[in-house]
Amino acid sequence: MNIDICIVAFSQSACVAQAGAANEVELIMPQLEAVYGQVGISNAQDVDFVCSGSCDYLQGAAFAFVAGVDALGAVPPIQESHVEMDAAWALYEAVLKIRMGHAESALVYGFSKSSPGELPVVLSQQLDPYYLAPQWIDSISLAALQARLMLDKGIIKASDMAAVVASSRRCAMDNDKAQLAGQFSISDLLEEPEYVSPLRKADCSPISDGASAMIICTRSKAEEWQVPFVRLSGIDHRIETHNLGMRDLTTSHSTRLVAEALSIHNSSLDIAELYAPFSHQQIILEQALELQAETEINPSGGVLAGNLMMASGLSRVGEVFNRIVAGEAERGLAHATSGPCLQHNLLAILESV
Amino acid sequence: MDNKNKEVIDAIEAPIYLKYKFTAGLAPARFLSQLKQGVLTGQRCPKCDNVYVPPRGSCPACGVATEEEVVLGDKATVQSFTIVSIPIPGNPIQPPYIVANLVPDGANISFIHLMSECVNEEVRIGQRVTAIWKPREEWDFAMDNIRYFKPLDEPDVPAELIGHLSVNGTEN
Ligand SMILES: [Zn+2]
Repeated sequence: MNIDICIVAFSQSACVAQAGAANEVELIMPQLEAVYGQVGISNAQDVDFVCSGSCDYLQGAAFAFVAGVDALGAVPPIQESHVEMDAAWALYEAVLKIRMGHAESALVYGFSKSSPGELPVVLSQQLDPYYLAPQWIDSISLAALQARLMLDKGIIKASDMAAVVASSRRCAMDNDKAQLAGQFSISDLLEEPEYVSPLRKADCSPISDGASAMIICTRSKAEEWQVPFVRLSGIDHRIETHNLGMRDLTTSHSTRLVAEALSIHNSSLDIAELYAPFSHQQIILEQALELQAETEINPSGGVLAGNLMMASGLSRVGEVFNRIVAGEAERGLAHATSGPCLQHNLLAILESV
Repeated sequence: MDNKNKEVIDAIEAPIYLKYKFTAGLAPARFLSQLKQGVLTGQRCPKCDNVYVPPRGSCPACGVATEEEVVLGDKATVQSFTIVSIPIPGNPIQPPYIVANLVPDGANISFIHLMSECVNEEVRIGQRVTAIWKPREEWDFAMDNIRYFKPLDEPDVPAELIGHLSVNGTEN
């Protein structure tokens, strides 16, 4: 049981509003090439397990996730799996595979081409199929309901939301993969009209196309590869009911439970990359995680700067990995979410070795 | 509450309609653009040399991008086939007809297309066929620019050579 899991490579494409004609395979391959290059292997034959995260509804192509396997070089056959979720959960599956002793190394990737459809409407079809999905309630409207509750209860002010956006845009200026970046004051942002009240467009993450990939392995494999590595010292997740009426939308109970399971509260963290698709959700997460004041939140700009559905969660882990490898942080937290209004939450702790 | 007289609901209707702007991919888009000009093309894997048609952008065996475009012949070889005897709703073709896996000369991978102007009972693996294109003015970004393939008066290709002919076919 006591197997150290290490991250040895990560790569993410730029977040772009429209990847043009490129298909899923063409989005994935450059990221796979990049992570192979980082550890000096030639293809997926050189790892023991492969797991991907994607959702066929996004590009509207049945079995798009199977087509993604064309990027791997699966001759002779490889051990491969897929989650119809963010690739952060593919990472979770790969971690289990290694912990069970069934693999020493794993390639994890996530991809999305969200631009072909109307993403907020497409996401309405992940809701419960009897009561909510037939009403076509889109993801932005549900987030707006949640923000409204928080504003009316006095938990946040509109300026708190704008502060999250301003910070994201400013941090994203140092992130060449970001889609939205720049210097904006809180008052600039509040002057923008409401989009889906009380949300302004800037409170919502943009729709992005792209992919990301990661390689993880046991410590001995990482030492064999002789590459810089980061220890993944904890990973866990919790989910809440699909019935939105039964949840307290102003807090994230599931995030709090994972944080307790991983003893994150009040622990020392240099950085935290949080997957908050809407500005007010970052505040919910910060409160549920009880982060200390010195923890830098979303140094990459987070997903308000670019949101690769089904890859952004994995990318949060990757962003923390990159900063620890660069010596900018010793210990960091990565968060991934899935479902409406932060329904399902995953946390990962990364530490330098 | 008296539940006895309640109607039992065992199904609800919740149709799903989602609109997409589908894109074929960079490699398939190149293939379709050539098809509109009446040219069948594949793409070659830089690692194993296999030529894929229609190309999807990668060699799935090697996991590398296929960049080199290869012009293929109109002639092909039957790799496998089936005789369809049941009418398919919406399909104008009257059964019985032949659906075949065909490897065009110069490619290593088959695609599926129709065969016609043939005696169904005489269709066989290794048989040589050629593409019958629609009139030029009807060409679109579509595989049915080729209406069907019909048999050629050429010797059969031995099983072990199917998928290994050059673009010059059986001539060398
Ligand atoms: Zn190849």
